[in-house]
Amino acid sequence: MKIKFILNKNEVEIDANPMTRLIDVLREHFQLLGTKEGCGEGECGACTILLNDKPVASCIANLIHAENGVILTAEGIAKTKIGTLLIDCFDETNAVQCGFCFPGFLVSSYHYLKTDGEPNLEKIKIALSGNICRCTGYQKIFDSVLMACEKLDLS
Amino acid sequence: MNFKTVKHSIPKVDANGLMRGLPAYTDDLTDENALIIKCLRSPHAFAKIRSINTEKALQLNEIECILTHKDVPRIPITRAGQGYPEPSPKDYFILDEFVRYVGDEVAIIAGRSEKSVQKAIKLIEVDFEVFEPVLDFEKAENHPSIIHPEKEIYTMFPMGLDAQKNVACSYTNTMIVGDVNKTLAECDVALNHRYYTHAQQHVAMEPHSSTAYLDYQQRLTIISSTQNPYHTRRIIGEALQKPLRDIRVIKPRIGGGFGGKQQIHNDLFSAIVTLKTGKPSKCIYTRKEVFESTFTRHEMRFDIQLGADKNGNIHALDIQLLSNTGAHGEHALTTFMVAGSKLLPMYNKATALRFEGKVVYTNRCPAGAYRGYGAIQANFAVESAIDELAHKLQMDPVELRLKNSIKEGETSPVFKVMGEGGEGIEQKMESCKLDYCISRGRDLIKWKQKFPFLKIAPNKIRSVGTAIAMQGSGIPLLDMGSAIVKLNDDGFFNLLVGATDIGTGSDTILTQIASEALDVPIDRFVITSSDTDVTPFDVGAYASSTTFVTGNAVRKAAENMKKKIIQTGAKIWQIDEKQITFQNGILKSKDGLKTITLKELSEGLYYSFAEDMEQLIASGSNTSPKSPPPFMAGFVEIELDTETGKIDILDYVAVVDCGTPINPNLAKIQVEGGVLQGIGMAMFEDVKYSKNGRMLTNNMMNYKIPNRCDVKKLTVELAESYDPAGPYGAKSVGEIGIDTPLAAIANAIYNAVGVRIRTLPLTPEKILNGILKNEKR
Repeated sequence: MKIKFILNKNEVEIDANPMTRLIDVLREHFQLLGTKEGCGEGECGACTILLNDKPVASCIANLIHAENGVILTAEGIAKTKIGTLLIDCFDETNAVQCGFCFPGFLVSSYHYLKTDGEPNLEKIKIALSGNICRCTGYQKIFDSVLMACEKLDLS
Repeated sequence: MNFKTVKHSIPKVDANGLMRGLPAYTDDLTDENALIIKCLRSPHAFAKIRSINTEKALQLNEIECILTHKDVPRIPITRAGQGYPEPSPKDYFILDEFVRYVGDEVAIIAGRSEKSVQKAIKLIEVDFEVFEPVLDFEKAENHPSIIHPEKEIYTMFPMGLDAQKNVACSYTNTMIVGDVNKTLAECDVALNHRYYTHAQQHVAMEPHSSTAYLDYQQRLTIISSTQNPYHTRRIIGEALQKPLRDIRVIKPRIGGGFGGKQQIHNDLFSAIVTLKTGKPSKCIYTRKEVFESTFTRHEMRFDIQLGADKNGNIHALDIQLLSNTGAHGEHALTTFMVAGSKLLPMYNKATALRFEGKVVYTNRCPAGAYRGYGAIQANFAVESAIDELAHKLQMDPVELRLKNSIKEGETSPVFKVMGEGGEGIEQKMESCKLDYCISRGRDLIKWKQKFPFLKIAPNKIRSVGTAIAMQGSGIPLLDMGSAIVKLNDDGFFNLLVGATDIGTGSDTILTQIASEALDVPIDRFVITSSDTDVTPFDVGAYASSTTFVTGNAVRKAAENMKKKIIQTGAKIWQIDEKQITFQNGILKSKDGLKTITLKELSEGLYYSFAEDMEQLIASGSNTSPKSPPPFMAGFVEIELDTETGKIDILDYVAVVDCGTPINPNLAKIQVEGGVLQGIGMAMFEDVKYSKNGRMLTNNMMNYKIPNRCDVKKLTVELAESYDPAGPYGAKSVGEIGIDTPLAAIANAIYNAVGVRIRTLPLTPEKILNGILKNEKR
């Protein structure tokens, strides 16, 4: 089945089984390897993407869900102004350890800055609640997003 | 001490590309035509394969290769991924006629699509002879079921293996100082309690992954999520009977390890499939496979005897330990020994010490290396017992620890008696700020105002608890690391290390050390780590070794490079070396008449210095008779609901002596991550099995790891400390953070409601049962 959607601001079309997992579509068909499979059951958040402006675990979403929709992955976000700001803040606090969960954190953080952006620690924690990290203890991730919110406020 | 690069929180060298989602991890780097490898896994905890029929499966169109125990070399190996000779029993075959736990490999299937491989798995017919499994480690010894009846099993040096009795190793009559029984009898106060610590899963976010291919010279290349590429190469060579020159192992970026990727996993399967088919292959575990079929932490039982005089001077400590290594003996002996060697020296005032016990096989998921490595288990038992002793003495537990713990300049006889696998090496504590860590942590948590508890509502109690810990910095005279520094045109350097950054930041801190030693800005270095064809040897990322062991190797290599640069200056300027300085990347004569930048020098060396043209290259290797322990004091404040038994962690304070932190931010985040993993193990992480031995907690819904809600506040401080043996004063920091939460939280629960829990995890159910039991009294 032919399915059209917008992927990182480009219109794309793919002819595939509509039940193919979105993560496989992104990784195998479009070589967008930033979307990571940590658990394959929607628990860990490493495969988070924005589908129609909402964070979605792409390991439990199917290609059909993307039909005529808009997808933004970590690679796409990294090229945006807010994405760059977030990456700079994560770098500054040294929030990254192994990095495997980070494209997912970037997507969820970007979504928070786009939709709310209040430098409020409790709100940030809720916004990132779908992303699990085993390395860091989360403290520096929250600090970075807080810092990004503050910098965005000023700009 | 002032440093230019060291002790600065510079950004991690690899973070930017990883955040952008650029291809970096094993699965990102596989050939698109790689055969997909999956395993048919045992549904039984203990069985023998009577017959196996793969005919129907092999007829499937896209299936390239199916391997059973009849198709692979039968060489006993250990997958432990340790140094050599290996201190773990050789009790593993790539595939065996026996399956020893639910999830054990029965057959390896490779095909051109995942769908066909899954279909093939269903078509393989296996006839099992099922045995009664050994599931309870306290009943394993002398159980009628013998888990390793094979005659080939052996150890490379004596460690008390007795496979007929299900004993992987035993250790008795060695670690004895003084007369424990006599001293205990003479103590004013003594206690004797039994403690249990449970298995824990690593849950690194990247599943265990490997991919293999033959290059144009038919050499086998394996890209693997391994913590130790050199040991991986050695073990694959041994298992497949291949000369090591024909094998190359590359470690790309790794999505976390925590010890779980020290052992060899599916690397063997990728290697053998590629060798059999000549085609590239990959084996990426599912999360279920990671849970059921890799490794867990060793489950342990401790019998602790502790004795003191009425003034709170501890005189005797006795540890009798039983450890569960599961179906294979990877790390059985060494995790066991670390439970003694990384704990007993902490209470060095005691004159009578004893540490003995056994490690047994069971039909459970094998146990292996995991951050904390025996020390965390012992920490729960002994640090709980210390609080129990304080209660009996009616002493503040903080005071009891301050009085009895090891201080700077002191030593312990234990260092000499026991190491990892064998005898240890005597060492004096040239840096030990444990007493500072304890008193600073006490202030930060506001112990004096809060101990033992405050009632803040009719059913809510807030209380505090503490525990202290030590770890090591590599294994003395066994761990070795090395580095090469090479000068290129344009004046930049390659730094080549075998050390294995698994997300810890070791690439970053090793570059910082090189920059400091060579006095060249950090952006002039490009680090390449962990490729057995390219980088020099390193044991790998384990035993908290990299900063200390490899760090010193990098420092030596960079200092050697500096000498060579100065020698080059002397040659081209025809002046004495003593008349030359090299600072901030610029070579100058002391009289100021001659100056050359690194860029000019390097280009001259490559293109224009005629007879003096040369590739400057310097190396350094390091091993150490010392393993200076990092120390830590952990303090927790909890809020306990007396109606439900639920606890919340309000604050966790960690004050750590890791010597000089090469990168303070990265040192702190290691501690933060460690503490949270410890909190997870203390409170809810638990590997549960059905009565048939099937793992129930085999996904991330049933096995909960801490998320953002599980701690309200985490306060990490680093003590000012400098160890003369470390690179720029540094010790290790990778493991120490995980050790204290178990006992600190258990002690806080006791301080809140008088309930002593000696069996982990510390669940609301156990707390509430304890409260109800106390009320009945």
